[in-house]
Amino acid sequence: MTVAATPSAAPGFAARALRHPSFVAGAVLTGLIVLMALVSYVWTPHPPLEMTVSQRLKPPSEAWWLGTDAFGRDVASLIMAGARNSILVGVVAVGIGMTAGVAFGLYASAKRGWTEEIVMRLSDFVFAFPAILSAVMLTALAGAGTANSIIAIGIFNVPVFARITRAAANSVWAREFVLAARAAGKGGFRITVEHVLPNIVSILVVQATIQFAIAILAEAALSYLGLGTRPPDPSWGRMLNEAQAHIFRSPTLAVFPGIAIALSVLGLNLLGDGLRDLIDPRLARKR
Amino acid sequence: MPLLEVENLTVTLATNRGPGDAVRNVAFALDRGETLGLVGESGCGKSITALALMSLLPERARIAGSIRLDGRELTTLGEDQLCGLRGDRMAMIFQEPMTSLNPVQTIGRQVAEPLILHKGMTRAAARERALDLLDRVGLPNPAARLDQFPHQLSGGQRQRVMIAMALACDPDLLIADEPTTALDVTIQGQILDLILDLVEERGMALLLISHDLGVIAETTQRMMVMYGGSVVEAGPTAEVFARMAHPYTRGLFAARPKLGPATETPLATIAGVVPELADLPPGCPFANRCPLMIPPCNDGLPPPLPMGPDHISRCIRARELVASA
Amino acid sequence: MNLFLLKRFATFIATLIGTSLVVFLVLEVLPGDPALVMLGPDANEDAVAALRDKLGLNQPAVTRYLEWIGGLVTGSFGQSYSYGVSTGELIVERLWVTVPLALMAMLMTVVIALPLGIHAASKHNKAGDVVVMGVSQLGIAIPNFWFGILLILFFAVQLGWASAGGFPGWDEGVLDGISALFLPAIALALVQAAILARFTRSAVLDVLREDFVRTARAKGLTRRAALWGHAVRNALIPVVTIMGLQFSNLLAGTVVIENVFQLPGLGRLVFQAIANRDVPVVRDAVVILAAKVVIINFVVDLLYAWIDPRLKAHDV
Ligand SMILES: Nc1ncnc2c1ncn2[C@@H]1O[C@H](COP(=O)(O)OP(=O)(O)OP(=O)(O)O)[C@@H](O)[C@H]1O
Ligand SMILES: [Mg+2]
Repeated sequence: MTVAATPSAAPGFAARALRHPSFVAGAVLTGLIVLMALVSYVWTPHPPLEMTVSQRLKPPSEAWWLGTDAFGRDVASLIMAGARNSILVGVVAVGIGMTAGVAFGLYASAKRGWTEEIVMRLSDFVFAFPAILSAVMLTALAGAGTANSIIAIGIFNVPVFARITRAAANSVWAREFVLAARAAGKGGFRITVEHVLPNIVSILVVQATIQFAIAILAEAALSYLGLGTRPPDPSWGRMLNEAQAHIFRSPTLAVFPGIAIALSVLGLNLLGDGLRDLIDPRLARKR
Repeated sequence: MPLLEVENLTVTLATNRGPGDAVRNVAFALDRGETLGLVGESGCGKSITALALMSLLPERARIAGSIRLDGRELTTLGEDQLCGLRGDRMAMIFQEPMTSLNPVQTIGRQVAEPLILHKGMTRAAARERALDLLDRVGLPNPAARLDQFPHQLSGGQRQRVMIAMALACDPDLLIADEPTTALDVTIQGQILDLILDLVEERGMALLLISHDLGVIAETTQRMMVMYGGSVVEAGPTAEVFARMAHPYTRGLFAARPKLGPATETPLATIAGVVPELADLPPGCPFANRCPLMIPPCNDGLPPPLPMGPDHISRCIRARELVASA
Repeated sequence: MNLFLLKRFATFIATLIGTSLVVFLVLEVLPGDPALVMLGPDANEDAVAALRDKLGLNQPAVTRYLEWIGGLVTGSFGQSYSYGVSTGELIVERLWVTVPLALMAMLMTVVIALPLGIHAASKHNKAGDVVVMGVSQLGIAIPNFWFGILLILFFAVQLGWASAGGFPGWDEGVLDGISALFLPAIALALVQAAILARFTRSAVLDVLREDFVRTARAKGLTRRAALWGHAVRNALIPVVTIMGLQFSNLLAGTVVIENVFQLPGLGRLVFQAIANRDVPVVRDAVVILAAKVVIINFVVDLLYAWIDPRLKAHDV
C-alpha cells in the first residue's frame, strides 16, 4: 500500500507522520507482512508445500524454524506463503466493497430524497445481520474457496463504505464551493467527480485500512471453518484448524499462525488510527 | 482585608500552536457587597479569568501570580481544600444554560447536591431547601419542577435553576459569566435583576462578566475592560463611562447596539479581529487595531496609568485621549 | 408510546419478511439438491425424484414460500431433513446453549470493559490510559477463535483443568454446564471487551468535556465524584448502542467459537444444516436469528429511554 502518497500529502504531512508513534509502528508492521509475502515468491526456508513424511509434527529447531505440521511441511514457509493469501483476499474484498459502496454512497448523496432513503435502508438491512454468520452461510452455500470468500467478505464491506461515503459526501455538498459550483451550472456528476470525491478520499483511505484488518480476520475465520481457501494453498486460518487436531502432541503449531494474523491486524489498525490522527487536525482547521 | 485579592494573575494555555497567555498580569480586589464588572469582546480572556478564580482551568494550563480568598492563597491550595471552597464559599453561574445542567438528572437532585456535599444535609432536608431556593429564584411551580429534567425547562428557567444551585450554600463570592447572553432580551433584564437582588440580600461579592457595556453600566459599581488577556482600563463604573481613557473602551462604546428603532447608519465596528493567543504581540495587544497607535506602543505592555481616583488605563496616550474629548 | 410500539412492530415484521425472502431466494438460487445430498451422490434417479416429490420440492417456488411462511405464522414448523424432528424443537434445544453462552460472554465483556474504559478516560493520556489503550489494541487484533485455541492449549493441555471442548448438557448439572461454557465465553469476551473499552473511553472523554461536568466541579465535586456522579450515566447512552450490537453479534455470531469448543449451539446447527442442505432448518434458524436481532434492538431502545429522560418525552 502506498500510504505516504495518498492525497493527504499536505505540506509537513510526511514529517508529522514520521513522528507519530502508532502510524510508524503500524506502517512498519504492515510493511513487514507485505515484504514477507513478496519474499515468499522467491524464497522460503523450505518449499511451502513440500511434505517430509519423516519429519511430521517436529518442534521448532534450526532446520525447521517454527517446526513442522502433520504432513511434515515447514510451518515458517507456510506462514510466509499464507501472507499472500490474506493480503489477496483483503485487498480484493475491500476493493470490491469500496468501489460499490462508494458508488452507492455518492449516488445517494447526489440524488438525496428517495434514492438516498432506499440505499440507506438496504445497507441497514445488510448491517442488521452479523457479518460473520452471513459470510459463513454464503460460503457454505456457494461452496468453499478463495473467490467465494472474497465475495462474501466484499458484500459486507459495501454498506460500510456506502454509509461513510454518504455522510462525508453530504457534508461536502453543504460547503460553499459546492454551492458555488452548482450556481455556476455544473451537474451532479461533475460536482461529484471534481469536488466531492477528492474531499472524501482521505476518510475512505482510513476506513479502507481498518476494513482491510477486519477482512483478514474474517478470511481467517472462514478458512478455519474450512470455507475459505482450499488446500493445498497455504492459509493461516486453515493452519489453525489443522493445528487443533494435534494440539496435545504439538501445541506450538497452534501458536504461530495466530501470531501472524494478530500482527497483521494490529499493524493495519495502528496504521489506520495513525492516519486518522494525522488527517483529522487538517480537517478541523479547514472548518 | 478585601474578600478577594488578585495580583499579577497570568494564565498560560496550551494551544495547537504552542503556549499563549490567555490572561496577562491581571490585578484587582473585590469586597463583600461589591459588584465588579468585567467586559470585553469574545475571546479576550474573561471566562479564563473566571475559571482561574475557581481553579477550574483546562488541563495543561499554567497559572502564575496570586489569588487570595479571605487571605487564603488559592493558587497553591490542594485539590481537596479547593473542592471544599467551590460551591460553598465561591460559586459560578455559566454562560450556557442549555448545556450547563446534567440532562439525565432531575432539577431537584442537581440543586440539592451542593447542600448534601457542603452542609452535610440529608437528602430529604436538601430537597426541602432546594424547593425554597427554586421558589426564591422565581421558578414558576417549583414543587413540580423538582422532579423534572432540564429539557423540560426553557432557557430562562434553566438559568434560574443555575442561580439557585450557585446560591445554595450562601457563597461569599459569586461569579456570573455572561449569565444572560444566551437568553431573550426580555428575560435578560429579569435574570440580571434577580442576581442583583440576591447579591444585595445576602451581602455577596459579585463578579459579573459580560460583553455588553450596557449591562455593565446598569449593574456594577466598578468595572474592568479586558482586551487580549490584560485589563486595559479599570475604575468605578460611572467614572469610566464619564472619562473613557482607553481607545478600546471607546471602540466598544461606539460599537454597542442601541435600543430603539433601527437607524439608517450601520452599526460601527472596531476594525480587525482579536488576535489568536499564540499571536499576541509583546506590546499593547490592541496596537494593531488602534487608531492612535504610535511606535512606542509595541515596546512592551503599557503600565497602568492613574487617570483619576481608582481609575487606571493601560494606554500610553490615555492623557491625550481624555484631554482631546 | 403506542405509536412507538406500533412503529417497532412494523419494523419487526418488515425485517422478518425481508430476511425470509432473502433466505428463501438464496437457498433457491444456489446449487445443491437436498434430495441428492440426503441420498448420496450414487443414488439412482428414481429414488431422488421420489424423495423430491415427498419433500414437496417439485411445487412452484411461490407455493413453497407461502407454505413455509404460513407454517411459521401458525406455529407449525417444518421437519428437519437430516434430524427427522421438528425444526422448532431442534432450534430451541440449540438456543439453550447459545443464549447462555452469549449472556455469559456479554456479562464478562461489560464487567471487564466498562471499568477499564472509564478508568482510562479518567487518566486521560497518563500511564493508566496508555496501558489500557495498548492492551485493548492488542485485544482487537487477536482473532477470537485463536484465543479460544490458546485457552484450550493452556487450561486443557498444559494445566488439565478443563476439557478441550464439548458440552455435557444441562441435565448433568448447572455447574458443569456453566464450566463447559466458561472458556468459550472468555474467548468471545476478550475481543468484544477490547472494543467496548475503547468505545467507553472515548464516550466518557466526550462527556467530560461537556459544560455540565464543569458545573458539577464548580459545585465542589471532586474529579472522581463528577466522573461517576455526572459523566458516566451520560456516556452510557452511546455505549449501550454498541453493547446492543455486540450482543446481537454474540447471539448469532458464535458459530466459529462453537466450532472451536465443539458446542452444540445454534451457529453450528446452521453451519451443519447448510452442509447437509437441510433447507427447513436453515431457513427457520435464520429467521429466528433475525428476530433476535430486532428484539435486541428494541430492548436497547427501551434501555435508552431508561437512561436518557429526554427520549421519553419524544415518544409519547
Ligand atoms: N481550553 C482551551 N485551550 C486553549 N485555548 C483556549 C481554551 N479555552 C479558551 N482558550 C482561548 O483563550 C482565549 C480566551 O478565551 P475565553 O473563553 O476566556 O474568552 P471569553 O472572553 O470568555 O469569550 P466569550 O465572550 O466568547 O465567552 C481565547 O483566545 C480562546 O481561544
Ligand atoms: Mg466566555
